[in-house]
Amino acid sequence: MSWKFTGETPIYIQIMDEIKLRIARGRLKAGDKVPSVRELAVMAGVNPNTMQKALSELEREGVLYSQRTSGRFVSDKMPGGSDVKNDVGQKYIKTYVDEMRLLGYGDDELAELVNRYIEEERENE
Amino acid sequence: MSDLVEISGVAKHYGTKKVIFNNLNLSLESGKIIGLLGPNGSGKTTLIKLLSGLLSPASGTILIDGKSIGPESKAIVSYLPERTYFNESLKVRNLVNMFKDFYADFDEQRAYDMMNLLNIDANMTLKKLSKGNKEKVQLIMVMSRRAKLYLLDEPIAGVDPAARDYILQTILTNYEPTATVLLSTHLIYDIEKILDEVIFIKNGEIVCHKPADELREERGMSIDEIFREVFRC
Repeated sequence: MSWKFTGETPIYIQIMDEIKLRIARGRLKAGDKVPSVRELAVMAGVNPNTMQKALSELEREGVLYSQRTSGRFVSDKMPGGSDVKNDVGQKYIKTYVDEMRLLGYGDDELAELVNRYIEEERENE
Repeated sequence: MSDLVEISGVAKHYGTKKVIFNNLNLSLESGKIIGLLGPNGSGKTTLIKLLSGLLSPASGTILIDGKSIGPESKAIVSYLPERTYFNESLKVRNLVNMFKDFYADFDEQRAYDMMNLLNIDANMTLKKLSKGNKEKVQLIMVMSRRAKLYLLDEPIAGVDPAARDYILQTILTNYEPTATVLLSTHLIYDIEKILDEVIFIKNGEIVCHKPADELREERGMSIDEIFREVFRC
């Protein structure tokens, strides 16, 4: 019934990340109506107040917007022009770069390694 | 600021030797789902019984919505005891009628809706239900009241994980948004995501009372892990 949550991060932040991921992957599209707080809370198996907090924060970030009488919707652009997909993508790149640096790879190798990986994957198809 | 529950200076002991609470002070706000977490024997059930009026404190005061414990407080408190107390030869339907007679805030339709979802036959006698279904019926009765305070003593102990999910969902779907749910458990992992606040109780002392997400952020751990650390022997 519920979404997966891990321990250490506050749940409202994990909900925000999950909703952004769904937008980035196209499962939620610009203009889509978001279910009510109550419905979403039951879907995710979380406290309605926690869901409320996550949605308000997403609104503050411009990922969602609310229309007074008809509910909450997914917006197409975040303020400053960056879109959600870009935002999520940047996060993955950061993870890659951080982890590779920890393994001792030099910054100049990182792009090359990605290219080589993609090539090898193609050859194996 | 008027809190839903105000406990001040409460002492409670069983006999002369067994002291449960010495000087308990606790305030609970409306509209929260609060986990009462502590090891066995820490005072969880005693606290819940004090709030439900089954036990009286030796000293101190307890107010629920400004009312002292008595018929007035009981009318707005819905209590799920640790053990079932229903007459096993009753049919589920009789139980619904009994609750309807006893509690003005009981919503019969809501009870039948929940039972339909679960395929529980209202014409069955309680003793013919499985343990899990019996616990669910009991929870349905308690959650069908439109109460201001729900006291759930170990609502998920002793049922399988699928039933646990169902029970949590029932709590989430049915509690009144302005009401507070106080639920005690030692199965923290399963419930921590539905909690607004946690109360850690240890030997009758409240060692921590905080918003769940704040605690998680502060310590960088799940409530379950923090609990294991706080109560490590």
